[in-house]
Amino acid sequence: MRMKLIGLGLAVVVLALLPVPLSEFRTVQLATVGAYFIAILGVDVLTGHSGQISLGHGAFIAVGAYTTAILMANHGVQDYWTIPIAAGVAGGVGLVAGVPALRLSGLYLALATFGIAIAFPTILKKFDHFTGGSTGITLFGKPTQTGHGAGVLGLTNNEWLYALTWTVAVVCFLIVWWLVESRFGRSLRAVRDSELAAAASGINRSAYKVAAFGISAAFAGVAGALLAINIAYVSPDTFPIQLSLFLLVGAVVGFFGSIWGAVLGALLIQFLPDIVGLIPHVNTKQAGPTTFFYGLVLVVLMLALPLVLRAGAAIANRGYSRAQ
Amino acid sequence: MTNFLQQVVSGLASGGIYGSLALAIVIIHRSTGVINFAQGEMATLSAFVCWTLLDHGWSFWPAFAVTLVLSFAGGVAIQQVLIRPLQGSPLLGIVILTIGLLIAINGLTTWIWGGAAKQFAGPFSTSPINVDGVAFSKQDIGVIAVSVVVVVLVGLLFTRTKAGLGLRAAAVNPVEARLVGVRVAAMLAVGWGLAAALGAVAGVMAAPSLFLEPNMMQTVLLYSFAAAVLGGMDSPVGAVVGGLLLGVLLNLTGTYVHWIGGELRLATALAVILGVLLVRPAGLFGRTAVRRV
Repeated sequence: MRMKLIGLGLAVVVLALLPVPLSEFRTVQLATVGAYFIAILGVDVLTGHSGQISLGHGAFIAVGAYTTAILMANHGVQDYWTIPIAAGVAGGVGLVAGVPALRLSGLYLALATFGIAIAFPTILKKFDHFTGGSTGITLFGKPTQTGHGAGVLGLTNNEWLYALTWTVAVVCFLIVWWLVESRFGRSLRAVRDSELAAAASGINRSAYKVAAFGISAAFAGVAGALLAINIAYVSPDTFPIQLSLFLLVGAVVGFFGSIWGAVLGALLIQFLPDIVGLIPHVNTKQAGPTTFFYGLVLVVLMLALPLVLRAGAAIANRGYSRAQ
Repeated sequence: MTNFLQQVVSGLASGGIYGSLALAIVIIHRSTGVINFAQGEMATLSAFVCWTLLDHGWSFWPAFAVTLVLSFAGGVAIQQVLIRPLQGSPLLGIVILTIGLLIAINGLTTWIWGGAAKQFAGPFSTSPINVDGVAFSKQDIGVIAVSVVVVVLVGLLFTRTKAGLGLRAAAVNPVEARLVGVRVAAMLAVGWGLAAALGAVAGVMAAPSLFLEPNMMQTVLLYSFAAAVLGGMDSPVGAVVGGLLLGVLLNLTGTYVHWIGGELRLATALAVILGVLLVRPAGLFGRTAVRRV
């Protein structure tokens, strides 16, 4: 526990100092990483800790992003105030989605949420009087509504985006950490590992599973709000099925259920194109190679995971026999 | 009435495509419990292989036959290299692997053939044929005919041949099948090969009307999931019937229910998936699974 606290303290210091040596471009990229990080934390809670798979988190991200965009563009709300509202709206949608999800076991939930991720952009396009249809909503030209324009701490626009995102990300991390270490998290894992045993111990499994859905969606909503603020533009094509699938890649890379690993996953989503670009004769201007490597990472990880888990179990057992 | 008949026939044509891909999904699901999310992208890859052969001056039917053989081999290879090592580990892990495969194959086709849509000259002319004053597209009729032939062939394979008996035995009860001498591991590989070939049929039949591009089968995959769920994830007959029903349903709601139109086709398919899963999870033809708790 103490090690983890020290780790967190170091991470915060590094995060605070990181923009100093980096270019503006990299700073903005890292702000996006922060948004992915928050979304992956949400996926971790849902899939890692409560055992419900979602391939449709892109839809919850879109709900959060559109909440922010509509509030800023049509109602003149300050950017940071839209974040809790986006969390609330996406969380509410998540709670509603969580109820039918109770009736769907593992694979069918994957199937249904995959359907949501594919169909959601077309629904956004259909209700165009509200969402701006295919053209989306642009947030440029509203400087006074951003923290930069409001002169918070005298930051430049990019520094503001970075500071806002990572402040929110650290807060989200603390909330998730508290959640998974608390009675709530233990109950979630009990339901995941054996619904029957959990129910027999007096855990209301339906309530916990629905709550996990709502919380997870709320984090996705926060991530969406931050992405909208960072990009200053939302459209149905900002949230393709690929986004949902990449989040799954990120969550798997961070090892399901490890909230510390989530940052690895978020870095991978953002920087894999750069890494792929290092391979000779590969043109990353074109979308194909990068997408291919995202998929390859996931395939290799899933093939290696049983081995990793077995090795992990062996190490854990060694520690156990030594303790004897 | 004329419009109605035209819509039904073109619905049956797309339904035949959905049914073929749904059949591929069901064949894998009922033998291993895995839902192969990469089935659509595998079909796109097959269609690109066929396109390349056509581009090199092959005529359609030989190119189609070679594509089917290559797809079968590819399906077997994927099962052997990627799926078999995970046999016996949690299903969710295998399903996530197929999602990785979805992303990887999508990237690969974009990498090799580029993202621009390609014209795909199908075997059937697009000119209309007049039956009693109603104009049907020859392409639609042709696609329906190919789907019917393929489904009948697969049905005969399953019910009339020794290999088919082995395939069914391996799917229903692998342990006892092994005891009576069925090579279950080989049967699973053949199942994946068969599914890939069926997907190739769907991909090549879809390409002329949808235009060939790397994301071509992503929406078709959702329709096929809806078809498979509607018919029952474990019922091959259900997959085909579900595909045809869904094709017609989507066309009719798109034409006659104005607020759905062409734009909410995907949402309609999603509603079918959710509705069936929540109200009757076994689908129209599936048997209700009884689970001991």
